[in-house]
Amino acid sequence: MCPSHPAPESPNVLKNNTFVGWLMALPIMAVLMFFLVLPIIMIVIVSFWQATEFSIVPAFVWENYEFLFGSNVTYRVFLNTFKYAAITWAFTLGIGFTVAYFLAFHVRSLTWQIVLFLLCTIPFWTSNIIRMISWIPFLGRNGIANSTLISWGVIDAPLEWLLFSDFAVILAFVHLYTLFMVVPIFNTMMRIDKSLIEAARDAGASGAQILWNVIIPLTKPGIMIGTIFVVTLVMGDFITVRFMSGSQSANVGRLISNDIALLAYPSASATAVVLLLTVLIVIGILLRFVDIRKEL
Amino acid sequence: MTKISRRNVLKGGAAFAAGSTLGAPMIWAQNIKDVTLRQFGTGVSNLNEVAQKVKEDLGFTLEMTALDSDSVTQRAATQPNSFDIADIEYWICKKVWPTGNLQAMDTSKIKNYDKIVGIFRNGKLTPESTIAQGTAPHTVGFTSGPDGKDFVDNESGWMTLIPTIYNADTLGIRPDLIGRPINNWSELLNPEFKGKASILDISSIGIMDMAMVVESMGEYKYPDKGNMTREEIDLTMAIFTEAKKNGQFRAFWKSFDESVNLMASGEVVIQSMWSPAITAVKSKGVPCVYQPLEEGYRSWGGGIGLSAALTGLERDAAYEYINWYLDGWVGGFLMRQGYYSAVPETSKNFMSENEWGYWFEGKEATDTITSPFGDPLAQAGETRDGGSFQDRMGAVACWNAVMDENQYMVRKWNEFIAA
Repeated sequence: MCPSHPAPESPNVLKNNTFVGWLMALPIMAVLMFFLVLPIIMIVIVSFWQATEFSIVPAFVWENYEFLFGSNVTYRVFLNTFKYAAITWAFTLGIGFTVAYFLAFHVRSLTWQIVLFLLCTIPFWTSNIIRMISWIPFLGRNGIANSTLISWGVIDAPLEWLLFSDFAVILAFVHLYTLFMVVPIFNTMMRIDKSLIEAARDAGASGAQILWNVIIPLTKPGIMIGTIFVVTLVMGDFITVRFMSGSQSANVGRLISNDIALLAYPSASATAVVLLLTVLIVIGILLRFVDIRKEL
Repeated sequence: MTKISRRNVLKGGAAFAAGSTLGAPMIWAQNIKDVTLRQFGTGVSNLNEVAQKVKEDLGFTLEMTALDSDSVTQRAATQPNSFDIADIEYWICKKVWPTGNLQAMDTSKIKNYDKIVGIFRNGKLTPESTIAQGTAPHTVGFTSGPDGKDFVDNESGWMTLIPTIYNADTLGIRPDLIGRPINNWSELLNPEFKGKASILDISSIGIMDMAMVVESMGEYKYPDKGNMTREEIDLTMAIFTEAKKNGQFRAFWKSFDESVNLMASGEVVIQSMWSPAITAVKSKGVPCVYQPLEEGYRSWGGGIGLSAALTGLERDAAYEYINWYLDGWVGGFLMRQGYYSAVPETSKNFMSENEWGYWFEGKEATDTITSPFGDPLAQAGETRDGGSFQDRMGAVACWNAVMDENQYMVRKWNEFIAA
């Protein structure tokens, strides 16, 4: 119902729900068009351009894609990117689910839930670059981790693989992105009707059975949202990989940043387009498992 | 892109004031004060102190913009109207000069032209010197005439760039952690330093350091390290890729600070390094040596070029600026940071006897050596790594260069990083 009188020349327009809906969505659509869709279209266009050493030339050629798909480095780097994403996903899910489960079901009072939840967010008050770089002196050859282990007598010589390795990269990723798993999972867990759990227990289910048959299915949308966050963040990252691997490993983000540094914008755009499509396909597959819209 | 704003107060400015007896030349009309020259270049010599001193001595305004070398190349090649003065390296000049965006400079208007060191004129430091490989400055330093787009191999009287700053680079080492003499580039890939070596992740310079190592190992002798064929690039990369897979490298560095941190923390004991980074490690109280090596140095040089669009009063001001640049104050300022000036003898007037002895003649310091910014760099009794100007610049094996196969090399470099 529209409280004000509609204008006489268009009596039914504002009563039309579809029209009002579109009108209300207009501002956000305009913003997304301008800041998201247009830049992506631009990137797609530039990916067909040519580059010389000094300049980029408008054209329509496939050479950027040909080079990309013709080089086995591309496949290796994409594989590496997937590897980082998969391992990071597994760890952030394990840790994130446990933390959220503890907060939602073991902490009884709402006050403590809020306090502990805010505690989780404290590290996020500093920039993630700083949080990442602070691992370097900790993990270094003469760093705190190695000197502590040596003084405890656990090891005789410093562990070299702690820093500038895949281990360091994944450690930093897990540290940086676990909260993105905790928040959505905690959110869905809090909305699980406690009487469902009581009913399950009354029906004789064990703790493990309740977890597997009640809580996990009901938490799936949260897990899925967390997964999308983590996978897209890890696949789009370049700075964590560069710093934590000491520039010795590459992921797709680094390929793009190298191209940009060498002014090869068309080639960078082509790589970005392929990465974007890859990530969209991954998310498309994930969404097949859970209908987020229905569950929300 | 950063625009450097002139600092109002120059720390230790009094120390430099002593040298400013030159005064502004009398020929200048009052309107010179309205002239503003826009200079851009890499960070090395784009110093606020220089712009401030120009204002003091010459009266006009110099606006400085510092960019990385890739952006500098692109801007010089594509936006000739965005600058008046380009402060670029000689290998960049090789790429940019043929575009016609810079104008040739009449050497008869350069007061100290005859005093410019031989490296930039006929390529020879002394008459007996052999000319190093790569883009040696004199090979791209002269053009055929006022409108020349080519390079000529003699002192034609028309210069492409007026040389300003140069140095000889080598490996940096941690003598306390290595504990034995290091004399060859090949030590970078010595398995003794497995997991403790590093190389810089900037392809155009990294490939030259690699070539020095490959030659030193006796694997291959390049006809010209500065202009490799595809096969030579493949061979070089193969040797380094194998070393990388065997865990030779601790990390690669891209920025100055990273190289300092790797060295100071002891993660790396031998790596490619730039001269001011050595100074930065030392100033943390960590021993670090810019090790002279038997095969010689990888050298680089920069100079000032004028935009083709520059005419009239602005061009006169630019010539005056160039003459002032070679007159000694800037040279002294740069030399006290460990770089060299194109006209060393004029810089001598702006350095103490102790500083001149330490930086140029390779003598023992008689007193503490401090940088122009006031940091102590050496104590009495110490000598400069590599010795005198003649010893260091006389042992240059190759110059930073741009290859014909540059794009191929860059792709191979990316593969090396991803390997």
